[in-house]
Amino acid sequence: MQRTPAFALSALALTGALACGLAQAQASEPVIGLITKTETNPFFVKMKEGATAEAKKLGAKVVSAAGKTDGDNAGQVTAMENLIAAGAKTILITSSDAKAIVPAIKKAQARGVMVIALDSPTEPADATDALFATDNYKAGELIGQYAKAALAGKKPVIAMLDLHPGHPVGAQRHNGFLKGFGLQANDAKSNELSRPAEVVCMADSFGDRAKGQTGMENCLQKNPDINLVYTINEPAAAGAYNALKAAGKDKNAIIVSVDGGCAGIADVGKGVIAATSQQYPLRMAAMGVAAGVEYAKTGKKVSGYTDTGVTLIAAKPMAGVDGKDVKTGTDLCWGAK
Amino acid sequence: MSSTASKLPPLATLGPFIALILACVFFATQSERFLSAQNFALILQQVMVVAVIAIGQTLVILTAGIDLSCGMVMALGGIVMTKMAADYGLSAPVAIACGMAVTMLFGLINGLLVTKIKLPPFIVTLGTLNIAFAATQLYSGAQTITDIPAGMTALGNTFQLGQTAIVWGAVLMLVLYLVTWFALRETAPGRHVYAVGNSPEATRLTGIATDKVLLGVYVLAGLFYGIASVLSVARTGAGDPNAGQTENLDAISAVVLGGTSLFGGRGMILGTLVGALIVGVFRNGLTLMGVSSVYQILVTGILVILAVATDQLSRKGVR
Repeated sequence: MQRTPAFALSALALTGALACGLAQAQASEPVIGLITKTETNPFFVKMKEGATAEAKKLGAKVVSAAGKTDGDNAGQVTAMENLIAAGAKTILITSSDAKAIVPAIKKAQARGVMVIALDSPTEPADATDALFATDNYKAGELIGQYAKAALAGKKPVIAMLDLHPGHPVGAQRHNGFLKGFGLQANDAKSNELSRPAEVVCMADSFGDRAKGQTGMENCLQKNPDINLVYTINEPAAAGAYNALKAAGKDKNAIIVSVDGGCAGIADVGKGVIAATSQQYPLRMAAMGVAAGVEYAKTGKKVSGYTDTGVTLIAAKPMAGVDGKDVKTGTDLCWGAK
Repeated sequence: MSSTASKLPPLATLGPFIALILACVFFATQSERFLSAQNFALILQQVMVVAVIAIGQTLVILTAGIDLSCGMVMALGGIVMTKMAADYGLSAPVAIACGMAVTMLFGLINGLLVTKIKLPPFIVTLGTLNIAFAATQLYSGAQTITDIPAGMTALGNTFQLGQTAIVWGAVLMLVLYLVTWFALRETAPGRHVYAVGNSPEATRLTGIATDKVLLGVYVLAGLFYGIASVLSVARTGAGDPNAGQTENLDAISAVVLGGTSLFGGRGMILGTLVGALIVGVFRNGLTLMGVSSVYQILVTGILVILAVATDQLSRKGVR
């Protein structure tokens, strides 16, 4: 117990030193805060890379923080407070919980901080100053249209490997896919997953390879004639492919997905995934940093929704469906170039 | 109580089997696809990773400990072995040995901290859970590793038994359960594990080196997590830095559902297998029924509480 004060002191000293370091950075160059859902999801790793590269170019400093797990709102609120303390005048946030983060955003804005949502909108969407994000409904529509053309008139028997219940991005991609395919679907505002008769199986993959595989195995058990698989992202798609291949059905079914990460595009090249809708986290982050630097220099805020673009990437083009080839997808993967 | 009733196994022993059978009967009435050899082979293959982790977890819990680090240590093992193969071109057996060495090292660290410095297992493994997670992320750069030799995924291959395709990994899992069952039941070290969990002080006084038993249990648990890493890599065909996130609690659930007492000293390894199967049966059955995965979590939660309550009540009964 005697050691406790010493520990406390050194912890205090460390925090102090850290704060000074941040404060010093603020004096010379604007600080842009970046809060992602987790530190470990490759999508957010890329986003951080994009933000840091853009900041270096513009003479700003990115300080990043994240929740511990997807859905960790408290962690994001703490990160927000720390970033404000560190002198960030602009905070870019990919909110884990669209509603719960709003009070913390309001507090930040009251202190003159511009808050921009990246990738996921808050609820209400106008709680942040601006939103730079993929149009997830459109991303779904693109792979739906592609799948329709690829099935070439065959009767669709569809399995859908979703994210997890109640997530707006999951619902938008899901419903957009059905809309693009020409089936009954809720609109982009709905968080309810539509389920027309052609969808014979739905499972939650949590965007995870192993759980995607388990979901697909169970779906094949339910209906071995599945010929079209929608997946929320490419890790889930890779899992679904494992399940199809193990069942000897990888030739009977096509898999479509959304994300467009470099590994995912490689899977399109290998024929694991027929087509994917590619989004651009590097671009979102770079635009956010540029807006932050502009705000620091001129005091001018950005507002409204900016679509950061989505492109269909497919190894085999389909007539009447707009898309780019694997080469282009690789060059652009998540906005790399 | 009649003499026949006292010869029957207590409720805590029968409970898990009854729950599993009831769940199977229920799903069989809900989906005509549930009751088939192929579907059961599928469930075995889906639970094999958690089930093997749960063997290690059972050993630890039998000594009245707990290992929160198991899932993350498993993930780290998977990353180490796939990176060794992909980056340094090591052959599958050598790469796998490297990964398993790392998981056993974590077991050794857990064991040393518990026995030598007498730290509570909950805290020790909470620490190593975070260390293993960070090491996994740092070493992999948060990237999935897919470029691995075919030998690493051999246990994910299947063989035909009549109409049914069975994964080799599931067979290995069943063999491991049988071996552990035999060792716990019939060998002196196995009985010592129970003794240490029941009363460490009494065990020490009978001349058994309790520290050695404990240390052995943690290292052995690390070995099982290493085998689980191999199964995980074989199953998904990749080293996944995001694996292991839910496996620690899933494994603890399986142990508790299987009737092993969290207070140590009482339990059965085959019950753990049943516990893991219960969770797998619900996930499979609910998907076949078209019900959201959230219900699976709900049912697991209720069953875990029922299992612990049964254990506690049966303890009161024997007092």
